[in-house]
Amino acid sequence: MKFKTFAAFVGPSVFMMLLFIAAPLVSVFIQSFQVTQPILEQIEVETCTPGFVTQTCTTEIKTVPVLDDSGKTVTETRWVGLQSYRNVLQMEKFWSAVGNGDWNAIMQIDFWKALRFTLSFTLLTLPLVIGVGLAIALAVNNATRAIRGPIIFISLLPFIITPVIGSLSIYWLFVGDGILTAMLERWSGTNISMFAQAWTIELLMYFYRVWHVAPFAFVIFYAGLQTVNMDTLESAVIDGASRWERLRHVIVPHLMPLIIFIALIHLMDCYRVFEEIVGFRSQAHVISLQWLTYDFMTPDDAGNRAISRASASAMLTMVGIVFLLILPLRRTWRDHKGSAH
Amino acid sequence: MFLKKIALAGAISLMGSTAFAACSYENTTPVKSLSAGFEAWKAVTDAMAECGNFQAELDQEFRTKQPAAFEANPSLYQIGGVSNGTITPLLNAGTIRPLDDLVEKYGQNLKPNQLIRINGQIMAVAMMVNTQHLMYRSDVLADLGIETPSTWDEVLAASAKIKEAGVMEYPLGATLKSGWNLAQDFNNMYAGFGGKFFNDDNTAAVNSEAGIKSLEMMKAMTEYTDPEVLVSDSTYVQQQFQQGKIAMANLWASRAGAMDDEAESQVVGKVAMSAAPKAMEGGVPATTLWWDGIVIAKNISDEEADAAFRLAMEGLDSEMVKSANDAAIWLVDGYAPTDIAKGAIETATANPAPPAYPSTTQMGLLHSALGNELPAFFTGERSAEATLEAITEAYTTSAKEAGVLK
Repeated sequence: MKFKTFAAFVGPSVFMMLLFIAAPLVSVFIQSFQVTQPILEQIEVETCTPGFVTQTCTTEIKTVPVLDDSGKTVTETRWVGLQSYRNVLQMEKFWSAVGNGDWNAIMQIDFWKALRFTLSFTLLTLPLVIGVGLAIALAVNNATRAIRGPIIFISLLPFIITPVIGSLSIYWLFVGDGILTAMLERWSGTNISMFAQAWTIELLMYFYRVWHVAPFAFVIFYAGLQTVNMDTLESAVIDGASRWERLRHVIVPHLMPLIIFIALIHLMDCYRVFEEIVGFRSQAHVISLQWLTYDFMTPDDAGNRAISRASASAMLTMVGIVFLLILPLRRTWRDHKGSAH
Repeated sequence: MFLKKIALAGAISLMGSTAFAACSYENTTPVKSLSAGFEAWKAVTDAMAECGNFQAELDQEFRTKQPAAFEANPSLYQIGGVSNGTITPLLNAGTIRPLDDLVEKYGQNLKPNQLIRINGQIMAVAMMVNTQHLMYRSDVLADLGIETPSTWDEVLAASAKIKEAGVMEYPLGATLKSGWNLAQDFNNMYAGFGGKFFNDDNTAAVNSEAGIKSLEMMKAMTEYTDPEVLVSDSTYVQQQFQQGKIAMANLWASRAGAMDDEAESQVVGKVAMSAAPKAMEGGVPATTLWWDGIVIAKNISDEEADAAFRLAMEGLDSEMVKSANDAAIWLVDGYAPTDIAKGAIETATANPAPPAYPSTTQMGLLHSALGNELPAFFTGERSAEATLEAITEAYTTSAKEAGVLK
């Protein structure tokens, strides 16, 4: 292909990526080293607020931002180095807790609590998603042709549901006297509160994520299964390989690039776990890194948001994803180089 | 045929006249408003809409939208619905205008009590007060011979009695959803124990004796609440009441009307209201006072402001109050308090009276710190002292970032 043609095809998408991915990333990176504050002054303010019958007026010293002539808040931006990262990571507390061997104290620091959950969520759901996806794919592949269509359709349904809606439905099914909790209670005769402790919430989250993402793995694997070399399979049968041996030595190696692909996508997606936290309202028990960033970003009633810490936390999340992806990416790279020779 | 036409014309003219009776004039300037989405706002904006050319946005996420929308020039909304918590960013950014001249022009029916004055200037017009107060099942309490509790100790004793009698397993409801709700319940209890939120130098003062007492009292409450109480918000508690699962809760006055809503509630007429319980003898009711009202944007033309305020006054007239009497504890002329309002009025007029929720930048920061750090205490991961220390630390970090603390 001529370079000009190539550039004409790729140009727009490179431009979009620079504009919508690279530029915001650079800006977040810069903001994570800065703090922007309004210039504040302390003034005496008399505020009169209504009771039911009469007003109460109080005079107090209030800290309010200074406005310039055009009515805009005067702000000042300073470079603060790694201060925001320090505020998020709280390394001093972390090391002193590590020194005391106090796991509980580490889990009291938001970032480490979130990291613990995010990592276990990502790493535990990964084999489950691949396993369940492969199992469905094999089952469908072996099913009679007549019912294959409907089975594929039904297995794909969970993937179509918007994640927030899906997690909310699970929440409603299990919270308080939700249908499923009520059923379980009747069946077991004990009072069940799924949202009263961390481990049951986490269990529901794992279940939900696997249920939601397994269809994606299934579709990819199912497509992969169509290209398995039949000759190799038949010769394996003639050699007396059992079903399990065929799966292990023929099918899985054939599907390996796809498994890596799904692992990549899943790691990236899961490390940004967020919908489950919001949908399950689990902030009291379980939080994730992405939720932490969101929480910093959300303004309180007085309109404050912690932009610097949100930027730092977002950068840390990105660093975490890069670390997680190094392993599978190295493997793909090696395969890629190997096949080039 | 002729008769039919006459009848039709008569009917149309009748319809026309009622429409004009609902609004005393016809609004010609397009006006938009952004406010919270509860019942009272619906009543007010419906009344405004009768004058025409008006578009209301009722959005529970209004607090995140409002500051940016009002900062735009021209402002995206002419009218804003605020409370004493959410007016702070608008005041700080100077995006709402003083209303003195407009009140003089159109506000003949306003009571002086409704005018929110900041440094003498009218910055908002209040329409209702809101507070959390005790709602209880009068039938359950009467059956067991329990008198209406007036302190939290009595609430706990009553809960124990109801539980022992086997009437309900979890007799107490509470809005302890982690985040804003949990923090607000702490604020209430803390105010009840006479605690003060800040020192003079803007540092947080919650790590105090009153703080410890508040946490202990709240922990004692959780013995009688549903185990999933850390996900329960106002709507959840309201539903627990409506389904007859709980007997008592300290809940928003704006939720009282729902108890007698026959379409939703199984306990119509059985829920009574009384003043918010006191945390200690001789103290104030353990709650904070809130008001809701309207503000007018600064970044709009004077004509628009004029039209918007006139329209708002039409929405806040006694005719509206008469049609939606039980939707709120109205401050507007013409309000006739019913039994539902008894508790809120008792709370607001108590002597000494509970404090108003402070509308300051620091309070916003402290509220977030409370909401994030308190859950660990209730899940049992952290002691009361350590929790209060963590709150102070979290507040200090965010206050430094916001520039409130040096």
